[in-house]
Amino acid sequence: MAGVAVSTTINGDSVEYLCQPDETLLEVLRDRLGLTGAKEGCGTGDCGACSVILDGRLVCSCLVLGAEAEGRQVETVEGMAHGEQLHPLQQKFLEHAALQCGICTPGFLIAAKDLLAKNPSPTEEEIRFGLAGNLCRCTGYDKIVRAVQDAANMMRGA
Amino acid sequence: MRYIRPLSIEDAVGTLASSARTAAILAGGSDLLVRMKGGFVEPDLIVDIKAVPGLGDVQETAEGFRIGAAVPSAVLGENTALKKAWPGVVEAARLIGSKQVQGRCTIVGNLCNASPAADSVPAMVAAGAKAVIVGPSGRRTIPVETVPAGPGRTTLAKGEIIEAILLDKRPPHAGDAYLRFIPRTEMDIAVVSAGVNLTLDEKGAVKTARVALGAAAPTVLLVEEAAEVLVGSKLDEATLERLAKVCSGACRPIDDKRGTIEFRRKVAGVLARRAAVTAYQRAGGK
Ligand SMILES: Cc1cc2nc3c(=O)[nH]c(=O)nc-3n(C[C@H](O)[C@H](O)[C@H](O)COP(=O)(O)OP(=O)(O)OC[C@H]3O[C@@H](n4cnc5c(N)ncnc54)[C@H](O)[C@@H]3O)c2cc1C
Ligand code: FES
Ligand code: FES
Repeated sequence: MAGVAVSTTINGDSVEYLCQPDETLLEVLRDRLGLTGAKEGCGTGDCGACSVILDGRLVCSCLVLGAEAEGRQVETVEGMAHGEQLHPLQQKFLEHAALQCGICTPGFLIAAKDLLAKNPSPTEEEIRFGLAGNLCRCTGYDKIVRAVQDAANMMRGA
Repeated sequence: MRYIRPLSIEDAVGTLASSARTAAILAGGSDLLVRMKGGFVEPDLIVDIKAVPGLGDVQETAEGFRIGAAVPSAVLGENTALKKAWPGVVEAARLIGSKQVQGRCTIVGNLCNASPAADSVPAMVAAGAKAVIVGPSGRRTIPVETVPAGPGRTTLAKGEIIEAILLDKRPPHAGDAYLRFIPRTEMDIAVVSAGVNLTLDEKGAVKTARVALGAAAPTVLLVEEAAEVLVGSKLDEATLERLAKVCSGACRPIDDKRGTIEFRRKVAGVLARRAAVTAYQRAGGK
């Protein structure tokens, strides 16, 4: 297989890599670029653990080819904190204990970031629907929903 | 395996037509990549159509709407004019998968994957949607219901690509609706589904109707007898009963873990009836 040369932007930085044509963006992020925030839960689009934002749209990176990132903007969980300064969602996930094993957390954080970018004051129902593509086997979701509500309040300056 | 991203439809068609080996068209990848990972398909060539100019656009034309083959469902949901004209088609497209899948999945991919349970397909068929196909011998436009040939198979020839889906301009007093039954509220495959599209006359009686059922047979079913039941009526109780009965009778479903034949038949009727009522209300009928 011939490698594909890709130039893309990840969390604001220009990145170039070579990948195999059948390699997923998730594999590229984790195995080639060392960005191990996005997780592989299922590899088939069901769990959302691999969520990233591609050109402003939330997607499962396990269902995107690495080659498809050419010329596009990718946002991953690694881009959420600024140095030591956590993103409000990250801070609220900690405060509300919205994680146990944590494997689903990067996906939830990115999905919640996308949700709040489009809807800064979601209702509980909107949060639950908005995050329905992310599965968590530990928390029972309630704490995640509370953390997102609280982060939304904080981000609106309320 | 090779991955290419052609910059014109002619290029894409030419490459597909001349490739001796197995080639696959990539739109949103939410079926194709899952099938590749599962080892169900092993294409030698992937033709990503998303860089072909125009395929990512929804255009409002004098005849209606032209939805490019690479437009993801999320974008359809943000198009106010399309939602107003064809709420049933848009709600069906919006039912596919999660928010993550919505950012990628296309109605053309949904159609060409040819699952009997594909959500957008009964809605498109009820809407009388047409597929614009480009191939080695030129362009042709065919009704959407003639695309699926059976589970996982289409009538497209080698080298053919669906370029766009066409939806007609709406006359006054028109409405459509799509409903599916799943055991959960989100993220599941339709056990059975129904799409209904109506136009009404000035007095509120049904002038034209199209009724389509999903997951009720190997391919989407356009139930012409159901349309005949509706035409001329104002969806009174007796008409709705007959509609449900005709739809249940038209089903040729399978028995599987999702539902029995008997259950699918019954629910097909119930959904057709409810979708008809919603379409009627959306058309302004009372
Ligand atoms: C987690 C998850 C949940 C899902 N939920 C649903 C659901 O609720 N309802 C539902 O109906 N489906 C569902 N699906 C299936 C899938 O998302 C849909 O069928 C989707 O519409 C496929 O579109 P795509 O653009 O991703 O197709 P792709 O995977 O890119 O392509 C699908 C097939 O169509 C062919 N193709 C694509 N574009 C063209 C074209 N322009 N011309 C000719 N052939 C073409 C491809 O070669 C391939 O064979 C789900 C999938 C996942 C992963
Ligand atoms: S790993 Fe991508 S959705 Fe589960
Ligand atoms: S915290 Fe373990 S899966 Fe969510």
